[in-house]
Amino acid sequence: MMMTVKEIKKSLLVSLWFVFLTFPIMVIKVNPIERTVTWRWSNVLYVAVGSFVISLLAKAWLVRKARAAGRQQAACQARASILQELLHRPGYRYPLIIMFSGLALAFPHLFSTYQANIMTTALMYIVLGLGLNIVVGVAGLLDLGYVAFYAIGAYSYALLNLNFHLGFWAALPIGGLLAALFGLLLGFPVLRLRGDYLAIVTLGFGEIIRLVLENWNAFSKGPSGISNIPRPGFFGLEMSLDHAMIYMYYLMIGLVLLTVFVVNRLQHSRLGRAWLALREDEIACQAMGIDKTRIKLTAFALGAFWAGLVGVIFAAKTTFVNPASFTFLESAIILAIVVLGGMGSIVGVICSALILTLLPEYLRALSEYRMLAFGAILVAMMIFKPEGLIAAVRRTYRFHERKSVAALQDDE
Amino acid sequence: MDYFIELFLSGLTRGSIYALIALGYTMVYGIIGLINFAHGEIYMIGAFTSFIVATTLSIYGFPLAAIVVVAGVAAAIWSSAYGYTVEKIAYKPLRHAPRLAPLISAIGMSILLQNYVLLAQTSDFLAFPALIPEFAFMEPVAHIIGSSDLVILITTAVVMLALTLFIKFTRIGKAMRATAQDRTMALLVGINVDRVISATFILGSALAAIGGLLIASHIGQINFAIGFIAGIKAFTAAVLGGIGSIPGAVLGSLVLGLTESFATGYVSSDYEDVFAFSLLVLILIFKPSGLLGKADTKKV
Amino acid sequence: MKSTMRINFLVTAAAVVLAMMLPGTGMAGDTIKLGVAGAHSGDLASYGLPTVNAAKLVVAEVNAKGGVNGKKVELLIEDDTCKPEVATNIATKLVSQGVDVVLGHICSGATKSALPIYKAAGVILISPSATSPELTQSGEYPNFFRTIAPDNMQAKPEVEFALNVLGVKKIAVIHDKGDYGKGVAELAKGFIEKSGKGEVVLFEGVTPGAVDYSAIVQKIKQSQADAVIFGGYHPEASKIVSMMRKKRMNIAFLSDDGVKDDTFIKVAGKDAEGVYATGPKNNSKNPLSQAAVAAHKQAYNGDPGAFYESAYAASLAILNAIGKAGSTERAAVTKALQTERVDTPVGTINFDALGDAVGVGFAMYQVKNGQFIEVK
Repeated sequence: MMMTVKEIKKSLLVSLWFVFLTFPIMVIKVNPIERTVTWRWSNVLYVAVGSFVISLLAKAWLVRKARAAGRQQAACQARASILQELLHRPGYRYPLIIMFSGLALAFPHLFSTYQANIMTTALMYIVLGLGLNIVVGVAGLLDLGYVAFYAIGAYSYALLNLNFHLGFWAALPIGGLLAALFGLLLGFPVLRLRGDYLAIVTLGFGEIIRLVLENWNAFSKGPSGISNIPRPGFFGLEMSLDHAMIYMYYLMIGLVLLTVFVVNRLQHSRLGRAWLALREDEIACQAMGIDKTRIKLTAFALGAFWAGLVGVIFAAKTTFVNPASFTFLESAIILAIVVLGGMGSIVGVICSALILTLLPEYLRALSEYRMLAFGAILVAMMIFKPEGLIAAVRRTYRFHERKSVAALQDDE
Repeated sequence: MDYFIELFLSGLTRGSIYALIALGYTMVYGIIGLINFAHGEIYMIGAFTSFIVATTLSIYGFPLAAIVVVAGVAAAIWSSAYGYTVEKIAYKPLRHAPRLAPLISAIGMSILLQNYVLLAQTSDFLAFPALIPEFAFMEPVAHIIGSSDLVILITTAVVMLALTLFIKFTRIGKAMRATAQDRTMALLVGINVDRVISATFILGSALAAIGGLLIASHIGQINFAIGFIAGIKAFTAAVLGGIGSIPGAVLGSLVLGLTESFATGYVSSDYEDVFAFSLLVLILIFKPSGLLGKADTKKV
Repeated sequence: MKSTMRINFLVTAAAVVLAMMLPGTGMAGDTIKLGVAGAHSGDLASYGLPTVNAAKLVVAEVNAKGGVNGKKVELLIEDDTCKPEVATNIATKLVSQGVDVVLGHICSGATKSALPIYKAAGVILISPSATSPELTQSGEYPNFFRTIAPDNMQAKPEVEFALNVLGVKKIAVIHDKGDYGKGVAELAKGFIEKSGKGEVVLFEGVTPGAVDYSAIVQKIKQSQADAVIFGGYHPEASKIVSMMRKKRMNIAFLSDDGVKDDTFIKVAGKDAEGVYATGPKNNSKNPLSQAAVAAHKQAYNGDPGAFYESAYAASLAILNAIGKAGSTERAAVTKALQTERVDTPVGTINFDALGDAVGVGFAMYQVKNGQFIEVK
């Protein structure tokens, strides 16, 4: 690693800048009532040293990246990620899949209930990420209010159970379908909107749903929420809490597999290709004769459907819902999962959902610095991997001449 | 009728508050097309800096006028410094990245800055010193409009006017307009686009800092989380007016403030935000690029 | 070639990550594990962090004296950000770490979602701040105790004071749309309507964190209310009171325990003068309370925040009960909590069969010269 004097000087300047920048907030602490000022000069030192080291590391990384980029350009431009490479290699593919599924199945027995529990949460976010991926990643419609559909799913189970004693399995499809219906409702007015205007309207929709749940006491019990929602049953079997959690985990594994299968099929279907066309160029897409209204609405409805399903599971898992769980920040995290994963990439979304939901849990060791670190990591990951962890690989369709000629002859 | 006027005035104050924050959003969006979610945090840092400086000075016994000036200047300087640094760290490396990448790093920045202030200062609410005195001449109408409302209204008007003139007539202002119109073309005619973007962030952050000082003084308290809601509302206002347009941001803010005020006054404050967002949806259905935004027609 | 290397690297990395995820087992069981759960980050952090400070101070003091039953007390501090789903996660985490008792959670919603998990594991919960009446009065959570009064204990004296002592007829009931604030406000509304002596002229919620409350204040004025009852916490209360005084409205303002906090007086300043708030009895003269506040000032160089004394009391009560019971076994500790009275900053208390504290008397306070003075 070469560190020229010039670079060190630059880093010194950076650290000086940060000392200046953080001066009022890091150093001075005032007590307006007792009228005392505390000058915490030791913080200057921490900031100076910390920013100096970070700046040197970032520089070193940039140098390496520039060099690697130079080398890479000579070799090949677009490369699939390691994981995709692995999955496409017959020698590795099946052992890998078997290893992963073995691990997934054995997980709750290898680790504590807590681990199984947060893994269930992570699996829920995988499904949420895959659902939003349809809207944002594949169809390119920026949705900042996705959490609304999640809330609709959760409340439909909670309310149906409270008022009509409906069970989990009956509520699951209803929650999904209701969310899809609301997706259509949101879809209609925003058909004409583009880009960031769409973003703010969806954000507003998310807030409206939350505010209605918060204020309409007679309907939703308001901010105090609905408690004692039953966990899902298994043919009327009584389960202890631990078993119920493990059961929940397997349920989520099943749902993730189903989602991956359906989303994967969707992406490569006629509809999926239409979505991609919409994302890339709306006008060209229309010119190709694609019914824009229909595919936009299906994107909203299908995306919302998964959120509704996970919402029902959420209500069953926490056994309690209140509007505080469905804030804008939640939408932002789900969006971060999609973007960080690499828009439109299923493997990417799975990886980033695991990272972004498990990270805050494992960062608990940092106690009060947890969210600070989470914010910093979010920024750093975006800077270092702007195109996402695993970029989506477009399916290429090759023209096989002989085969098609044969097919033509068959037709004749 | 009195009630109507009172609601109208409180709506104007609220709208002016949103406008001071919305201007920064709209300027940044106009130039680099980024929803800067960290802008609300810059406003919060402006409020905190002015709180720290003003309280320190008042403890050391400076006169009120000096405190107001120094706190205002300090808040503007440090907020600008934060705005500048945030742009350099979180957005500049992503200038050629996919469109949504900077949005996520902005959300990350917002979480980071909030927790930074939480850890470096306190989680508790702090009493913000009354930097705007109660003017004696306002006493007869004090039950309708307070001194701080008046100062906020005047400041917003002055700031908007000064900003419009700045953008219209100064060199850097012209460069900003050129960059907003076509970044590549601006580069070609020799405009230092990086510097223009930095200048935009600095200017927008300084406005947010002034907003921070005035608003904190108006409501009398701050804590580390005040930036989030204010930021979302200001962003909504900017979009309502047509994001990227400076008069649009002010108009959108006033419309939003008035809607919330009348919704509270004549219907219920339970649903003021529902009204605000429903209005937004309605306006965007009929004018898809906001009140004063240019229709985004794409030619092929 | 190169990609094979990358693959090998990946496999190694995966193995390392897996190894790291293995639970830390075999920890020695000779400490008493006191979990502290609540919001320690996010916008509600200011209600959760003082509890952490209180627990740290109490535990340091107890450990300095040799611990409880000869065992040191160990703190397990977890952040639930007041979100129900996070609360269930950390409840399972604490349970798998073998927690003995938990101080928390802070918000009623998070508490409700976490309680079944603790209940199944036989862990006792003592909350300094969860006030939802349902938590104790439903009888569903025998493992739940609290050192703060439920919402209905607050709403009733507020309403009676307004109607009988102040003699007002028209009352505007305002809340902050939150779990706690709206709960108190609705109960207050119910009590007013039942009494037949007064009328609720306005019942509305304000948006917490909004930049300006002048519209709602104008509306209160328009409703010609003689008094305002506010359900919620001090930040919103001080904004509304300041705005009312700015608009030269001098009608009475009554509120709850969430407002009876010194921060309220500090933030609202002279506008706080004359505001009524219900709160636990005679704290300020209690030497334990004075000592607790002094300890905080010494350790953290600042004033304690919301629910600090209540959390201090809860920590003392639960550790005392474990000491008296001689174990952390649920039935024994429950019995000790119910029968053994303990001196705390909020008074000498024990707990009733439902889990509410007995001995936390409630009184009406009024702000006079920058202090909450009990109204006789």
